Amino acid sequence: MAATPLLELRGIDKSFGPVQVLHDVGLSVYPGEVTALVGDNGAGKSTLVKCVSGIYTIDAGTVTFDGSQVAIHSPRDAAALGIEVVYQDLALCDNLDIVQNMFLGREKVRGIVLDEPTMEQMAGDTLASLSVRTVKSLRQLVASLSGGQRQTVAIAKAVLWNSRVVILDEPTAALGVAQTAQVLELVRRLADNGLGVVLISHNMNDVFAVSDRVAALYLGQTAAQVRTSDVTHSQIVELITSGRSGNLGLPPEKPATAGFVDITPPGADR
Amino acid sequence: MTSTTTSGGPIQVLKPTVAGHLHDYWGRVRGGDIGSLPAILGLIVLCLFFGIARPTFFSAVNFANLFSQGAAVIFIAMGLVFVLLLGEIDLSAGFASGVCGAVMAILLTNHGWQWYLAIPIALGTGVVIGLLLGFLVAKLGIPSFVVTLAAFLAFQGILLVLLSGGKNVSIRDKFVLSLANNNMSVAVSWGLAAAAVAGYAAAQFIRVRGRAIRGLVTDPLGIVLGRVAALAVILLAAVAVLTQERSINPSIISVRGVPIVAPIIAVALIVWTFVLGRTIYGRHVYAVGGNQEAARRAGIAVDRIRISVFVIGSFMAAIGGIVAASRANSVDPNSGGSNVLLYAVGAAVIGGTSLFGGKGRVLDAVIGGAVIAVIDNGMGLMGFTAGQKYIFTGLVLLLAASVDALSRRRAAATGNR
Repeated sequence: MAATPLLELRGIDKSFGPVQVLHDVGLSVYPGEVTALVGDNGAGKSTLVKCVSGIYTIDAGTVTFDGSQVAIHSPRDAAALGIEVVYQDLALCDNLDIVQNMFLGREKVRGIVLDEPTMEQMAGDTLASLSVRTVKSLRQLVASLSGGQRQTVAIAKAVLWNSRVVILDEPTAALGVAQTAQVLELVRRLADNGLGVVLISHNMNDVFAVSDRVAALYLGQTAAQVRTSDVTHSQIVELITSGRSGNLGLPPEKPATAGFVDITPPGADR
Repeated sequence: MTSTTTSGGPIQVLKPTVAGHLHDYWGRVRGGDIGSLPAILGLIVLCLFFGIARPTFFSAVNFANLFSQGAAVIFIAMGLVFVLLLGEIDLSAGFASGVCGAVMAILLTNHGWQWYLAIPIALGTGVVIGLLLGFLVAKLGIPSFVVTLAAFLAFQGILLVLLSGGKNVSIRDKFVLSLANNNMSVAVSWGLAAAAVAGYAAAQFIRVRGRAIRGLVTDPLGIVLGRVAALAVILLAAVAVLTQERSINPSIISVRGVPIVAPIIAVALIVWTFVLGRTIYGRHVYAVGGNQEAARRAGIAVDRIRISVFVIGSFMAAIGGIVAASRANSVDPNSGGSNVLLYAVGAAVIGGTSLFGGKGRVLDAVIGGAVIAVIDNGMGLMGFTAGQKYIFTGLVLLLAASVDALSRRRAAATGNR
């Protein structure tokens, strides 16, 4: 177990107008480990990821990266730190090949000419380091790839830039059984290569298959962050659905004190 | 077909053989990635048909005519390829070419300017037009169809105003007239053709060698040699025909050599093909055309790319306008009007550029432009009326658009695109 987290979030608050989406959220991502981020729809997973990747700015709280406190104001800041996000909808161009997609926006040039051999070599090296052997040619159009292969290219694109934290948003959501296994294996390999991996998933099988830790969000709060081996399947489900499970998770809710319906997330008035 | 394994980077891939390469190509064609193949086949069929029906079609005079007839449309179509690559359309390109041609003609004839000042001003006019169109489309978010439809009307009006209500401005500048009407000397014709073949061969071999040194997969030598040989045969055969005596009465005046406009088309083709295929800018054009959201997330300035394709479109339209003015020896209120724009869009689409964005090459404009020039010329020789020519060209365009749509569907079904 690594002693210090690579990326640590503490006390993150985020509101959109009067709606507080994140309240005092904490998350620790350790190098060489897969941290699963789970939670029901609307629990704040996506918002949290967008805060980390610089698409949203946080209202309060601290982000510590590799031991020093950092401020992430834009996706470029996140990329400079080595934080890459692989979004659900992949963001690949169908009409470009694998190499062209992996280097999109960060092409290598010699003078004004694209340096295709260098890019092809780097792309090949990256795929090889992830033990990807399933593509026929690096010059295949992405359109001709299967869902799993596309996910692989999207992940390889994220690790190409010596990134240190890779956040995967539901990487297996649209895949079949064999392809899911293939992508999960790749996720595990990322962590084994020393990266900090955050896996957002609704699928408990995926979570238990690859993750070292589980962080559960419940209505914009961190319900718990525990080692996967210390909890059971049903405990995680309870954390997701009610925010606590036995002595894990949020303290029991105080009974409602006022007569009106309180729609703010618990604790928003504190 | 023997396949040996080589390392393409650290990824194990099959080393392609000539047969394997052709097999892969056929597989891509069957999978819906047909490119210019229908246009090239169509061009051959049309040429054979017209050549058999009217033997004068294959005469050197007529072959040279094809260049001057097709040139303006080809230039405009080259610019439209960029616009179409983003899934946009520029309906104003025809009259933009007319306006730019008129600007040049007025400066030359009415103001007595030199060609080396008038031509850059005309090209600059094209750039300004493109900036305006691009700004309206990219920054205000008006659909390009509407913006350029409005511009189509407005430029028609500007052309009338520039020509003070419809007067014909004739051009007497020798240099400008030579662009579309004169030929290079026989020696220069052969020299340029040889240089083009040598340059292409060198570029191909340097590329293969660069990849081989890095241990990457290369195209098989047979295919590379085949490409160079094909270009050499086409170019040298064309030059051989064009260096024949074409004058009716050679004792009075000799007409021989490749039309000057041919190397201008070639230079534009090479430059824009390089820009699209070998530069970051070109890669980003394809990316924005393929998946705008992915391009935006990759940090590409999508708006700037969008404006730039309209600038290139109108700039190439300006060149088309200059060449058209040169060929007609004048500019009139219908310059760039009538069928010019539709022929240009048709040329790009017939050549294989997709109307849906993301797919196309500058070469498509040349191949498609050749198809249209051949139809126009051949049907004219056979005595068809203008009406019949338009109907047939319309059908060919429809056919090309259906091929595009069907191949897209096929590609979606086979997962090729």
